[in-house]
Amino acid sequence: MPSEPTLSRRTVVGTLAASAAAVWLRPLSALAQGSPITKPIPSTGERLPIVGLGSWITFNVGEDADLRDECAAVMSAFFAAGGQMIDSSPMYGSSQAVIGYGLNKLRRPGALFSADKVWISSGDRGPGQIEESRRFWGVRRFDLLQVHNLLAWEEHLPALLAMKAEERVRYVGITTSEGRRHEEIEKIMASRPIDFVQVTYNILDREVEERILPLARDRGIAVIANRPFREGALIRSVERHPLPSWAREIGAGSWAQVILKFIASHPAVTCAIPATTKVAHVKENLAAATGPLPDAAMRRRMAADVAAL
Amino acid sequence: MPEWWTYGLSDFLLFSPRTYYRLLEHHNRAMWPAQLLVAGLALVILGLLRRPTTGQGRIISGILALLWIWVSWAFVWKRYATINWAASYLVPLFVLEALLFFWIGVAGGRLIFHLRRNAAGMLGIALLVLALAFYPVLAPLSGRPWEQAEIFGLAPDPTVIASLGLLLLLEGGVRWPLLAVPLLWCLASGATLWAMGSREALILFAAAFFVILAATRPTLRWRKHEYS
Repeated sequence: MPSEPTLSRRTVVGTLAASAAAVWLRPLSALAQGSPITKPIPSTGERLPIVGLGSWITFNVGEDADLRDECAAVMSAFFAAGGQMIDSSPMYGSSQAVIGYGLNKLRRPGALFSADKVWISSGDRGPGQIEESRRFWGVRRFDLLQVHNLLAWEEHLPALLAMKAEERVRYVGITTSEGRRHEEIEKIMASRPIDFVQVTYNILDREVEERILPLARDRGIAVIANRPFREGALIRSVERHPLPSWAREIGAGSWAQVILKFIASHPAVTCAIPATTKVAHVKENLAAATGPLPDAAMRRRMAADVAAL
Repeated sequence: MPEWWTYGLSDFLLFSPRTYYRLLEHHNRAMWPAQLLVAGLALVILGLLRRPTTGQGRIISGILALLWIWVSWAFVWKRYATINWAASYLVPLFVLEALLFFWIGVAGGRLIFHLRRNAAGMLGIALLVLALAFYPVLAPLSGRPWEQAEIFGLAPDPTVIASLGLLLLLEGGVRWPLLAVPLLWCLASGATLWAMGSREALILFAAAFFVILAATRPTLRWRKHEYS
């Protein structure tokens, strides 16, 4: 029989102090709309909001000052809504520099969880690329570094793990997208001490449910879901249909929220990283990280209904 | 690249159409009033085609060499490469094309251009008209603002297509070394536009197709009795 909850003076003081710190660290607007649901990174227990921010295509705006400011506004809305993880890669053109611009404009938000990648065929040139990426972002160190699309992972992964041992990065991971090289991903997950794996997962692309997501749970690996909207194509394909009646039950007011809630409600998924250029969309995405999440039965219903559209 | 067959064109598109067309807009603003200068150069080319003079080939080749270098530096390198890292690998090819025009046409004096009424000649003229007159109005025709117009001598696509048109007007037949880079650009830029969902891709693909057809079909090649 569980014991009755008790309140000690230490608990009360600690809770009040934590609440005060939370108010101090988080913008008031986030509290106003409800802080996003968080999930733990299995290797440390550190919690992350279940919706992050991707930068593929959307943040690659070059030197266009107006578009850079739009990206900064998206980042501002993201942090204001309680978002933390921003993900990028050297492959994404100017995205890293644009993120750095936004971070400077926002005066370096303390909530940032910086996730970047190494993407170069030469293992020897990996450290140089990481250093260049770090300068673009303007961070002291990355929170997470991933081997992008497993490119030269045999060389990069040991280097990243060595960086982690030296506390020059906090977490290490690997990525793939659109179902590529899943067998290799599984082998690495089973044999290497990685903290994160990033894969494509959404309400239609569910191959990872078979082996990778269960393996991630078994091995205590956090999962980042990329391409949640298939670069917008998924939204465009479903939005001509009215929202199903069950959308209200899970607190979803749009198809984007339906899809994000589906992704984030998988027990193995830590967060999804939709990319956008619109402030309204980033608010909508973060709002999907609040309120109820679908249970297993609802998830089955959601997947079946969307597949039938 | 592992499992390369699983990649589609869209996997290689790093930027949005909006970003790309705004890039052209910023380029046009930054280049003003160079639009007037390149329009003047286009008129010089047309005038020399209409009334060939001594050194016609050298002058046209020199203009083309200059514009290929200019476009590669001012647009491809300084602007396009900021959103498409792959573009930086194309800059040496633009420089190579410029050097070929300079080496063969200016220094060697071996490029002479003739208006002809055979199929290749007509195609060459059509491509010139397309590049010089039609490309600048493509933006408004596609629902984009005038400021995003693609102009010969400033933007790569019309510059490349005009070059292909002129290369079909060469006396002495096909010069494959000079055709290679423009054709490659047509494929690369066409693929990018296609991934962006732009119908302008079809112009580049069609131009490349018909130029290859004209260059490989003997009946379409230059013949001495086909001078206009």
